[in-house]
Amino acid sequence: MSLTLTAMTDSTVTGGQQQRSGSGQMSRPSRGPYISVITNRTTNLVIRGTMLFSVGVFLALVLNLLQVQRNVTLFPPDVISSIFSSAWWVPPCCGTASAMIGLLYPCIDSRLGEPHKFKREWSSVMRCVAVFVGINHASAKVDFANNVQLSLTLAALSIGLWWTFDRSRSGFGLGIGIALLATLATQLLVYNGVFQYTSPDFLYIRSWLPCIFFAGVITMGNIGRQLALYEYKVVQEKTHQD
Amino acid sequence: MTLRERLREKISAAFYHHGLLCASYPVPIILFTSASILTCCYPLLRLPLPGTGPVEFTTGVRDYTVPSHEPQGDLGERPDWYRGPPVAYIQQVLVKAAVSPWDSSLVPVDVFRSPLGRVFSLLEEIRNHVHSDSTGVRSLEALCLQVTDLLPGLRRMQSVLPEHGCLLVSPGNYWQNQRELFDSDPDPLKTIQKHEPKGLHTSATLRDLLFGVPGKHTGVSHYNRKRVVTYTITVVLVSYDTRFLGSLRSRLKQLHPSANCSLRDDHMVHVHFKEEIGIAELIPLVTTYIILFAYIYFSTRKIDMVKSKWGLALAAVVTVLSSLLMSVGLCTLFGLTPTLNGGEIFPYLVVVIGLENVLVLTKSVVSTPVDLEVKLRIAQGLSNESWSIMKNMATELCIILIGYFTLVPAIQEFCLFAVVGLVSDFFLQMFFFTTVLSIDIRRMELADLNRRLPAEAGLPPPKPGPLRPREAPPPPRPSPHTITLQTPAFRNLRLPKRLRVVYFLARTRLAQRIIMVGTVIWIGILVYTDPAGLRTYLAAQVSEQSPLGDSGGGGLPPHLGVAPVFHAGDPTSTLSVLPAPEPTPLPENQSQGHHGSAGAGPRPQVPPAVPQITWGAEDEEGWRRLSFRHWPSLFSYYNITLAKRYISILPVIPVTLHLSPQEAIETRHPQDTRHPPPPIPKVSADLQTDLTLYKVAALGLAAGVLLVLLLFCLYRVLCPRNYGQNGVAHGRRRRGDLPCDDYGYSPPVSEISPLLLRGHSMDIECLASDGMLLASCCLAGQIRVWDAQTGDCLTVIPNHGLRRSSSSGCWEQRDGWDNCHLLRRRSVPARPTLFTDQPDLTPLIDTNFTCQPPSHLATPPRGGFDFGGLVERAYLEHESPSPSTYPSPSSAASSSPPSAAHLQRRRSLGDAPTLPAQDRASTAGTQATADWDSSVWAMELRGNLIAAGRSSGKLELWDAVEGSLRCSNEDGVSGITALAFLNNRIVAARLNGSLDFFTVEINKPLGLLQYRGAPGRGSMPPSPCYSSEDVISCQLTRSVQCAHQKPITVLRAAAGRVVTGSQDHTVRVYRLEDSCCLFTLQGHSGGITAIYIDQTMVLASGGQDGAICLWDVLTGSRVSHVYGHRGDVTSLVCTTSCVISSGLDDLICIWDRSTGIKLYSIQQEVGCGASLGVISESLLVTGGQGCVSFWDLNFGDLLQTVYLGQSSDGQGVRQLLVLDNAAIVCDFGSELSLVYVPSVLEKLD
Repeated sequence: MSLTLTAMTDSTVTGGQQQRSGSGQMSRPSRGPYISVITNRTTNLVIRGTMLFSVGVFLALVLNLLQVQRNVTLFPPDVISSIFSSAWWVPPCCGTASAMIGLLYPCIDSRLGEPHKFKREWSSVMRCVAVFVGINHASAKVDFANNVQLSLTLAALSIGLWWTFDRSRSGFGLGIGIALLATLATQLLVYNGVFQYTSPDFLYIRSWLPCIFFAGVITMGNIGRQLALYEYKVVQEKTHQD
Repeated sequence: MTLRERLREKISAAFYHHGLLCASYPVPIILFTSASILTCCYPLLRLPLPGTGPVEFTTGVRDYTVPSHEPQGDLGERPDWYRGPPVAYIQQVLVKAAVSPWDSSLVPVDVFRSPLGRVFSLLEEIRNHVHSDSTGVRSLEALCLQVTDLLPGLRRMQSVLPEHGCLLVSPGNYWQNQRELFDSDPDPLKTIQKHEPKGLHTSATLRDLLFGVPGKHTGVSHYNRKRVVTYTITVVLVSYDTRFLGSLRSRLKQLHPSANCSLRDDHMVHVHFKEEIGIAELIPLVTTYIILFAYIYFSTRKIDMVKSKWGLALAAVVTVLSSLLMSVGLCTLFGLTPTLNGGEIFPYLVVVIGLENVLVLTKSVVSTPVDLEVKLRIAQGLSNESWSIMKNMATELCIILIGYFTLVPAIQEFCLFAVVGLVSDFFLQMFFFTTVLSIDIRRMELADLNRRLPAEAGLPPPKPGPLRPREAPPPPRPSPHTITLQTPAFRNLRLPKRLRVVYFLARTRLAQRIIMVGTVIWIGILVYTDPAGLRTYLAAQVSEQSPLGDSGGGGLPPHLGVAPVFHAGDPTSTLSVLPAPEPTPLPENQSQGHHGSAGAGPRPQVPPAVPQITWGAEDEEGWRRLSFRHWPSLFSYYNITLAKRYISILPVIPVTLHLSPQEAIETRHPQDTRHPPPPIPKVSADLQTDLTLYKVAALGLAAGVLLVLLLFCLYRVLCPRNYGQNGVAHGRRRRGDLPCDDYGYSPPVSEISPLLLRGHSMDIECLASDGMLLASCCLAGQIRVWDAQTGDCLTVIPNHGLRRSSSSGCWEQRDGWDNCHLLRRRSVPARPTLFTDQPDLTPLIDTNFTCQPPSHLATPPRGGFDFGGLVERAYLEHESPSPSTYPSPSSAASSSPPSAAHLQRRRSLGDAPTLPAQDRASTAGTQATADWDSSVWAMELRGNLIAAGRSSGKLELWDAVEGSLRCSNEDGVSGITALAFLNNRIVAARLNGSLDFFTVEINKPLGLLQYRGAPGRGSMPPSPCYSSEDVISCQLTRSVQCAHQKPITVLRAAAGRVVTGSQDHTVRVYRLEDSCCLFTLQGHSGGITAIYIDQTMVLASGGQDGAICLWDVLTGSRVSHVYGHRGDVTSLVCTTSCVISSGLDDLICIWDRSTGIKLYSIQQEVGCGASLGVISESLLVTGGQGCVSFWDLNFGDLLQTVYLGQSSDGQGVRQLLVLDNAAIVCDFGSELSLVYVPSVLEKLD
């Protein structure tokens, strides 16, 4: 009897609770509406993907602006008048790529079973992003004596970025792999005449491009891991509740 | 190893001493640091201020030569940009033209039409000017700047600006420099206006470009009072030829002499333009700054556990910024001029230098033991982190050094700045930030101390024994009066971010204000630029009426007459900031009339008949009045940038034109006279205009007021609530300390009315409940049992004093009862008398029978049986009339009278102490009757049994319903500080640190009901499990003598475990069955003050050090360890997802249970008690000063505060129990308060 009473009061309490503070937050099982949305794994994935996509698009726009200012890349002339002076397909491509990378990193972390523990804070992520933008800035604005020097400097900076903010083998491997892939893709694009670089020194592209790609992959992976941390927390909580 | 270790030790020691130093002399060190910052920043004063404004340099015209490219040795004040030829030379011909003398027959258009028409002949003159001398023939074509196409985006201006030829701009460009087009243009002003951009514009407009003077000064408008038209013809030359320009100047002067012109023409001004930052460059810059601010935000929000988060965050930012300034200053001091764009590299420098060290320092210092002295805390915190700080610093320096060897100048410079910045940052961290931190920590401790006193005053008076002998609080600081404590008027709610943003917006009415300001600005812009031509339309409307009135003859009301100033629609007025000039009469004008027509009558409107063309100093460099973007924008139209280059502006050539009225009339366009001015403007017309204007204004004002009133009424109707005002809506919340007052909104008021249970004479000490029943014990020792559902008082177990006062305890008890139906519930009212030493039974029996029948009706079998038991007991008592009557009902209800009698006989003989526990219990029972003086220190309620632990060390088991003492045990002499009653076991913690395990054995009498609810099996309380017939004995099964070194403060039991916490900083876990100590959990650095354990084996403990540890009961390992409170943790509760703790600092912290991360904290009022309860997974209830508050755990917002009593004097709620039926019970002085949460209960069906 007392057991049923307890059960009843339990349901009572949760129901009443919902009614109690139910101003606008109608459907939530135990935490808030925000948390409950995140608890759903698919929704969480979609949210993360969207966030990463928008970050990628934003960074692509901004960094492309840097490059275009210095006439590093040339796009067909009629689009140059716009503020976002690149072809329309560049930001979505970068966004998609960053979303994939950002989702891939935590996934691989969990597959390998070595969760990333190094500097898991938003401030560190912000620092990473700032350094990444700085690397781009340097590649676009600093006058180097020759291209080899520029590329070497940027490579050192990229490795330094990885060492400062990542330090995981999987991150390094993934970064290298994706950077190579992206370089190849860019080569193909330029070969097919979609766009061109003003002074190519590495087949059709600039030799510092792989370094930039590597740094970008590390940065996006960092953001993706940080975002995944939230899901991890919630999932942990759920298992605890079960 | 040795070197590293030694180094580490040395560094640590050095940091320790440094920390001591900083904390000891905060003020001198801060002064010293500020002085050094200022000193290092001093060289920055010499740096030019950043800005994009142009820089000027003036040279003489006579000895002008084009400066060479190479910097020459002795240049004097010559700026370094003055090298090489300029981009262009600007020669302006400033034309001032007027129709003179002014004729009354002239219309306003005449003011500018014919003067503008003269520009074409002047242009011809300039174009065709040829200077020929011995060196050859020079024409303008050869010297001027040849421009090509306009930029592709400027097709709109293609018809106006010259292309493929000399860059020569003048107002004539509006008409393609063709006189015919101008002459056939019906409305020149409209043509000019056509090219003006709408909206607000900061750069040079086309009108400015072509006229060469600011729009205000051109005089090309209908309202030109001076009737002088000013414009320039701007010639842009690519090379400087003195002779050609000289001949042009003299030629123009000769043609159009300027009589009173004294303009100097011996200076040319070189204007250097800086690089302008375009929006394309701005976006990455802004992005980096956004990232920087995000970084700073995410960094500084980690600062925690300090007095002022904002203060420390500010200090951190100041540290970084001033270190940057210092680095720039130092570099400048040593002759290193920064060539990099400071704004661009600045965010990267901040990121490189970072805020990490500052945060690490803060965290380290904060996590040192609170009870240490501030100096020592700072020193210890510093030395703890010294090694990592030094390591990081060395790593960063290494990286930067590597960067220095890239040999790229820009990177080298960056690295140099970064190195100096790092070092100065380290210096500032060590001196400035550490000192600020020490000040902050000291403030915090003082504030904490001051707050702790009232908090303790609210606590229950200290119990007789040293239950919680806390360390003596640190001695008060010598000058506590310097500390200003903020009044904790409002609870600092920790709400989710979005809610806080919304509340912030609502509180400050930010949106409304922004909209208001925006509207005002927009209206201002509207009026200023007049895109819709509203004013001209109005003016046209007003002026349209004047011909009507005039055509109707003088008979028409004269108020329709209109002054000539409002003649015809005039689009040019848009540029004038001032409203149309007030047609005020000018009496003196009458004397100025030069013509005969002037004398025709009062002519206040007649301006000076001869417009005065004057040349002043302001005309000398008229281009100064133009926007500084004038020249860059002109050149940028032809894709010529002036950034980092300069132009030379030659002295203007003044040209004065006097046109005769005849000429003006000849050049008229037929449409110009369509709206002729009124032939005879009258004063009355003037007044009427005024009146009309005033009428319009008054009408507008009235309409505005009406609109405001209407909106106000609408608002009152739609939103009758008076937000944020303590009005009628808050009648219940009379205290004024509404927790939600902060935001001006009150939580929804639902009917929660506390049920007050009165009866105790003194403050309530112990409170226990098993869901159905509620037992309370007051300081007087009286135990009352209440029905948890209805709040009726069921039983009173009186104290000794009451018993002694009368011969019949029963009557005494009746006096204390609330109503009679309670009496009915008592099936055997006579029984309490058995405890007394009175052998006389008769009066009691009589009394009982008065109330007996209803009880018989209610419970016939029990009543009948009890009656038999009573008789039997009476028989027994009479059988052995010893004064020390055995009070235990076991004998009375014994099923085997012989054995019971036998036992009793043995007891009465006073046998040896080696007897079994049951015997000892009986002896204790005999003494219990004499031991009413000891107070109840701990009480537990299970089923029908109340276990009460007394200060004398006696454990008593009472029947809750009948109020009879069922058994008693006095094995220990040390006071029982805590009790746990689980299943059939009672665990008692004693003052001397020992722990006693008792087993409650229930011997069912034979022939009774079946064996009910085997104790020790289910987790649910075995409520009504003991019946009054059972023989209950309490045996001491095991006594752990030295469970703890110091008194046990907390005792909790759940899930077959008993957990004790003690003053000796440890927590011990015992198994309930065999009382075997499983773990000794160490981790606290203070006495344990709170423990929580539940069925899911989650164990949380909180100590006097403010730390909260979560343990795994199965393995005894520590799951997490967090510092959440300054001062003791007073209470701990867990839900499935979070841990809730309250501390002496009046803070309620909510922690994530799995990760140990603090979710949020709620700052409560001072001394609001520390009682906590969780009603459901997301409903938290806390006790306050005379009130209980309900909180939503998900968001931390206050749902409701229920005031318990009428009196507002602060009776704190010290104990709070959550019952199973969503009711809460709390003590409120001498009363108990039973609060149902109705909205929770409503959902029962």
